[in-house]
Amino acid sequence: MPPAPLAAWTDGRIIELDHPTATTVRLRMHVEDRPRHLPGQHYLIRLRAPDDYTAQRSYSLASDSDDPLLEFLVERQPDGEVSEFLADVAEVGDVLELRGPIGRWFVWDTTTPVLCLVGGTGVVPAVAMARTARRLGRADLVRVAAVGRGPDELPYARELEKHGATFAWTRSESDGRPAGAFTRDELAPLLDGVELAFACGSARFASYAEELLLDASVDAGSIRVERFGPTGG
Amino acid sequence: MPVTRGFQRRRPEPDRSRLPPGQYDTGSSWPVLTAEATPHQPAEAWQLSVDGLVEAPHTWSWSELHAFEGSSYFGDIHCVTTWSKFDMTFTGISVDDLLAVARPTSEAAYVMAHSVTGYTTNLPLADVTGGRAWIVWSVDGKPLPRQHGGPVRLLVPHLYFWKSAKWVSRLELMAEDRPGFWEQNGYHDRGDPWLEQRYQGD
Ligand SMILES: Cc1cc2nc3c(=O)[nH]c(=O)nc-3n(C[C@H](O)[C@H](O)[C@H](O)COP(=O)(O)OP(=O)(O)OC[C@H]3O[C@@H](n4cnc5c(N)ncnc54)[C@H](O)[C@@H]3O)c2cc1C
Repeated sequence: MPPAPLAAWTDGRIIELDHPTATTVRLRMHVEDRPRHLPGQHYLIRLRAPDDYTAQRSYSLASDSDDPLLEFLVERQPDGEVSEFLADVAEVGDVLELRGPIGRWFVWDTTTPVLCLVGGTGVVPAVAMARTARRLGRADLVRVAAVGRGPDELPYARELEKHGATFAWTRSESDGRPAGAFTRDELAPLLDGVELAFACGSARFASYAEELLLDASVDAGSIRVERFGPTGG
Repeated sequence: MPVTRGFQRRRPEPDRSRLPPGQYDTGSSWPVLTAEATPHQPAEAWQLSVDGLVEAPHTWSWSELHAFEGSSYFGDIHCVTTWSKFDMTFTGISVDDLLAVARPTSEAAYVMAHSVTGYTTNLPLADVTGGRAWIVWSVDGKPLPRQHGGPVRLLVPHLYFWKSAKWVSRLELMAEDRPGFWEQNGYHDRGDPWLEQRYQGD
């Protein structure tokens, strides 16, 4: 295995910025001559204060590699050093330091049939996988099961719906389905033909997701987990 | 390196003597970071092996491990995802004690730590000897939680925490270095937080 190329720090400019839900911000950024990425990879975003103090955090890409811009979706954490800045202070035209793409494990190889069991902002890498699958004309390869409080609070809910995603709303009943996360019986049919399962979300969500997948007889070796949450047990 | 418009430090000036570059103090929270499903492994059924380039390969049961004289680490830990956590107490045994039984041969220069999940991470032998590495089963006086590697994890606190393999079940002594799981996936081979060795090439 050759050594991985060093992903150096580079500058990224915010080209578009909006707030798809009350607690999230979507940033679309331009980076000169950036390398291609695989869906599931993330970047580091680094902020620098006038006294040279820096803070950096990881953010998954929502964009397909063919997208001319990098797309991030960040959830504002109460008192969160980086996410509150991105959600409340950052503006179009601002330049932030970026480093990536990073990660070679939580990535979709573009050929394997997979299920993404994701919650809240954990949808972000699933969106990148779904977009890439659609570009390749293989939307069938990426199945998405997403958990959110409700359709208005889950980022990318409409796009994922068009992709054929299955949803579990934890705060609202829908079409006779009571509010709550997925049950094993709901998950079982989604696992048909799937070779790999990606679980992504807060630490708490990721723990629930991996337990549910194991419970649904997915082999532990076929589960890949990405935990976003700053806190956990 | 541009200053970020409108960004100001939110936390008090960290203690730079304790906080490596690019890290922040996560305070009372202890983030869980794992790429695999957390295994269910009862402590009583635990086994730990030391093999490879050793004169006396050996496997210890959970109770045999506890027969060693206990050893604790009190201090800080640093995760490559940029959080550091101060003043942790881990208790278990020193890796030196296991190696004293297994006796690495003169060619042994590296260690591959293996977990029950198949996770691996490589370390220079010198980084796990001399009282710098532990096999631990308790944290702050309580059994190590499953999501943090319980019942048993490796602890190498002077390196980034992915080197402290959770659910460790085997230490393999090797003559040549070989990349482990994250190391094959783009992370640095050694991972010294003070040198900010995060990714290959750093
Ligand atoms: C691979 C990866 C991909 C990720 N992708 C995404 C993504 O796509 N979208 C996304 O939204 N997130 C993502 N995350 C999470 C993200 O990296 C950050 O953890 C998250 O945005 C919170 O960072 P923050 O700086 O806002 O909060 P932090 O400042 O880290 O704080 C989080 C919380 O802890 C408390 N806290 C922390 N430090 C202190 C302190 N010293 N004193 C008091 N309180 C403190 C704060 O009150 C705050 O509520 C990802 C994480 C990983 C590892």
